[in-house]
Amino acid sequence: MGPLPRPTDEFIQRDTGLHAPALTPDYKTSVLRSPRLALISIEQTLSEITAPAFQPEELGPLDHDLILNFAKDGLPIGERIIVHGIVRDELGRPVPNALVEIWQANAGGRYRHRNDKYLAPIDPNFGGCGRLLTDANGYYVFRTIKPGPYPWRNRINDWRPSHIHFSLMGDGWAQRLITQMYFEGDPLIADCPIVRTIPSEEQVRGLIAVQDRAAFVPLDSRAYRFDITLRGRRATLFENHVQGATA
Amino acid sequence: MRYPETASQTGGPYVHIGLAPQQAGFDIFKNNFGANLCAPATLGERIAIEGQVIDGSGAVLRDVLLEIWQANAAGKYAHPGDLQAKPLDDAFRGWGRGGADFDTGLYRFDTIKPGPVVGRKGQMQAPHINVWVVARGINMGLNTRLYFSDEVAANAADPVLNSIEWVQRRATLIAQRGERDGLAVYRFDIRLQGEGETVFFDI
Repeated sequence: MGPLPRPTDEFIQRDTGLHAPALTPDYKTSVLRSPRLALISIEQTLSEITAPAFQPEELGPLDHDLILNFAKDGLPIGERIIVHGIVRDELGRPVPNALVEIWQANAGGRYRHRNDKYLAPIDPNFGGCGRLLTDANGYYVFRTIKPGPYPWRNRINDWRPSHIHFSLMGDGWAQRLITQMYFEGDPLIADCPIVRTIPSEEQVRGLIAVQDRAAFVPLDSRAYRFDITLRGRRATLFENHVQGATA
Repeated sequence: MRYPETASQTGGPYVHIGLAPQQAGFDIFKNNFGANLCAPATLGERIAIEGQVIDGSGAVLRDVLLEIWQANAAGKYAHPGDLQAKPLDDAFRGWGRGGADFDTGLYRFDTIKPGPVVGRKGQMQAPHINVWVVARGINMGLNTRLYFSDEVAANAADPVLNSIEWVQRRATLIAQRGERDGLAVYRFDIRLQGEGETVFFDI
């Protein structure tokens, strides 16, 4: 894995070829919301290699348990699942104390959001958001109800595969990432214009959680494994350190 | 061994559920992250930042979410990677997030004006705030920087602004200072596409 990263190291250049371009016309909303001019690449400074830190006491004890964190007069309806994995960097090193935030629809594909008018009902015992900090090994785990697919106005008969949105705040602003996790075996994945913004099959596979039978809880919950990779800090081998006034 | 970075995907129209649930319309967490970065004890000049995010047709985005990351009033980031000999401010984390208003599309942060931070090779950077924009239709969060209209000399010497070859584009990163009820309010509109398109960075 090489030398351990230092908080003063800069991040390896982002491989933009691993990501969707901004303009992906089959995902129609991107057409008017994508810059037409090229991004301007800059050399990193303290602004890009630093990021906010979060403390465990800022989060509540049920923040990572979506089955219970909005339960009012009973349990939410749907498939009980555990989602777990590690957050690592490009060089395989764990990312500890990363803020992981998740949000999703309920079992019927309905979001608890004032702008969602889909006719599938709200579940009174399901909120649909959670958050946690990764441990010293970069490990995270949360519990939830498997979200249902839902229709959206792109082409008139487009349906999103079941998915959970993930937001990640690592140790540097340059690592900030939002993505979506899908479920192994879902036939809607192959048809989805949002999935298909991603340029390679391999990168799409990286967003598909694998059923993890070894982590099932008998007579209670199934489990999915989903590992996440963030950008890594590169070792400073020969050059003078570039950050701060010490250069 | 090198693992590929996990692919980015859009935050979608309901990004508020996860990142700003109260705005989505429900109360779930005891402690919510928000757009006010100041505690009573925070050091520095109080300012507000306001603006709208505008698409390629001139329409205002009403589902956009922004985050900011900035140094404290002395120009130091609350992070162990910042080795500048400057004081930390225990009452300032330097990070906030806020969604645009669903009706007006206006976003707002209440914060302090950051001090200047050293750049590469000891060159000073002008005071600035790092801004990250996510929304439906945006496949990967857009990074930009906000600079201040009343920092003319510092802006003219800023190494990042000066690395933008198209001189006229630098103006898209300058927030305009105004005043309302005795509070400095900086207006920072972000144009995603077309005339006056904001500079976005690959950091």
